[in-house]
Amino acid sequence: MPTNPTSPDASAHSSLSLSVEQRLGNFQLQASLTLPASGVTGIFGISGSGKTSLLRIIAGLDTPDVGKLQLGDQVLLDTQQRQNVPAHQRRIGVVFQEARLFPHYRVRGNLTYGMPKRATHRFDEIIELLGIGHLLERIPGTLSGGEARRVAIGRALLSDPQLLLMDEPLSGLDGPRKQELLRFIARLTRQVQIPVIYVSHDPEEISAIADHLVLMKEGRVIASDPLHDLLQRFDLTEELGGFDAASIIEGRVVEHDDVYQLTHLALNKCHQLIIPGISAPVGSRLRVRIFARDIALALSPTKDTSYRNQLAATIKKMETLPTSPHSVELLLSLGSIHFRSRLTRKSSDEMKLAVGKQVTALVRSVSILHY
Amino acid sequence: MTLSPAEWEAIRLSLLIGLAAVAWILPPGIAVAWWLARHHFRGKALVNGLIHLPLVLPPVVVGYLLLISLGRQGVFGQWLYSNLGVSLPFTWQGAAVASGVMAFPLLVRALRLSLEAVDPKLEAAASTLGASRWRVFTTITLPLAIPGLLTGTVLAFARALSEFGATITFASNIPGETRTLPLALYTLIQTPGQEAAAARLCFLAIIIALLSLIASEWLARRTQQRLQERDAY
Repeated sequence: MPTNPTSPDASAHSSLSLSVEQRLGNFQLQASLTLPASGVTGIFGISGSGKTSLLRIIAGLDTPDVGKLQLGDQVLLDTQQRQNVPAHQRRIGVVFQEARLFPHYRVRGNLTYGMPKRATHRFDEIIELLGIGHLLERIPGTLSGGEARRVAIGRALLSDPQLLLMDEPLSGLDGPRKQELLRFIARLTRQVQIPVIYVSHDPEEISAIADHLVLMKEGRVIASDPLHDLLQRFDLTEELGGFDAASIIEGRVVEHDDVYQLTHLALNKCHQLIIPGISAPVGSRLRVRIFARDIALALSPTKDTSYRNQLAATIKKMETLPTSPHSVELLLSLGSIHFRSRLTRKSSDEMKLAVGKQVTALVRSVSILHY
Repeated sequence: MTLSPAEWEAIRLSLLIGLAAVAWILPPGIAVAWWLARHHFRGKALVNGLIHLPLVLPPVVVGYLLLISLGRQGVFGQWLYSNLGVSLPFTWQGAAVASGVMAFPLLVRALRLSLEAVDPKLEAAASTLGASRWRVFTTITLPLAIPGLLTGTVLAFARALSEFGATITFASNIPGETRTLPLALYTLIQTPGQEAAAARLCFLAIIIALLSLIASEWLARRTQQRLQERDAY
């Protein structure tokens, strides 16, 4: 292992800044970014938007035509100064789309392949965390898709990286396995103190996991902001999934209703959501996603509907997008919490909705992202 | 069947020269195969053609070319002799050089195919885990290409054992020095009344070839198993 000038502690608090340009045939990647030093940064965009190209440059697997890349005070790449730290000296772990396990090593050999001495004490902890202890003597070819991904994640973590890149680590997994692993990665990224960059084209994955979001389109970065802020931007509705535009809300489990099998989730002091019962203990934090199309509005609280989640909210913003002239996008506020709603323009006009008006938000459905 | 001292000598020389030939072509063979498998450059077809020339050229031509380059009067031969005191023609080392050159393309060919089949994505993964290019090559690329390496080595060994034309041209047919099995057989055929001895050598040649094939088969299977049982470090 090459010795590294920065200690792991110092580098754990270093942000990544990059500015790169690369031409690949007809495709031009042009990105400038500064990413936070901690938490999960999601890079989101449709396939072909340049996410993976960007990731490969960060990992050192590709060199851009022009560019600079800096992690904390370490310059990893500077094409002008002809500086380029090779991939194996960057200490940037990568979990690839396919697990890419080495077929001629057992699981144990794969896990320890990149493990420096200073990380050996973490071996037991990480295999425990990943639940792969029983797989250690297996040959990669005999693992299921989900198992192989977990081993790949463990292998990257054990290489003691100062930054972890994940490139669509759930692609090709079926529904339940995907959910399981997603939940798992979400928990993991909160437990390990390594900044993570997570690339995906799936809004659900991104909103479950990211704290910060980078939106890419046609090789360019069109937005880079904290997830909550970015999801509220009407001008990005199309890029964020159009019809599937949604809000992410964090809550705390306050009560389980055993009779109806429901869980009460506190959003803040005076607002609660009732969701299908989950096993998370009282007090645990939860992230939920609510589609804009799943929030209806009433002018006052009403007992005449089946909606049991009724939240008193204020309209913060209203806008009709040129791409869907029949509807109105609304941003509602519950004190410090904001979420989106979408109505037809007709009902909005008939209800005389306007910015500042008090309304009751009727929440039709909530999806639980992770706990 | 007991073997005469001359027969033993021929077998010993054949094995010695065959092994020496394989030993000296392995390092450059691996390097060249890797280079061809992983790099694209101008004139690759030409380089590839040059490497394969011994396969298609008459062996005598190769022997002759060796003689004029490595012979005592040759460009490199002169340098070797005056600086290192090494003279290759008419020695068993010279025979090993000649049969090695003839076997080189077979080694490179088999190994290159195997190296090309190794997924570069695995190599990239290894480098993100902190492995230097050398470590990637020795722990990922080469181990995964072992089947090709073994096939290539066995083919090259068999070719070196049976090499005749280049050897007799460059190293001559000297009993106890360069008279390998094929050369001994040739000598016997040229001698009236030695038909029975020739038949014996012919039989021996078949036995040795068969044994080396079986050995390689066994080795390949064993390495495959070992490879799968191996852990890092």
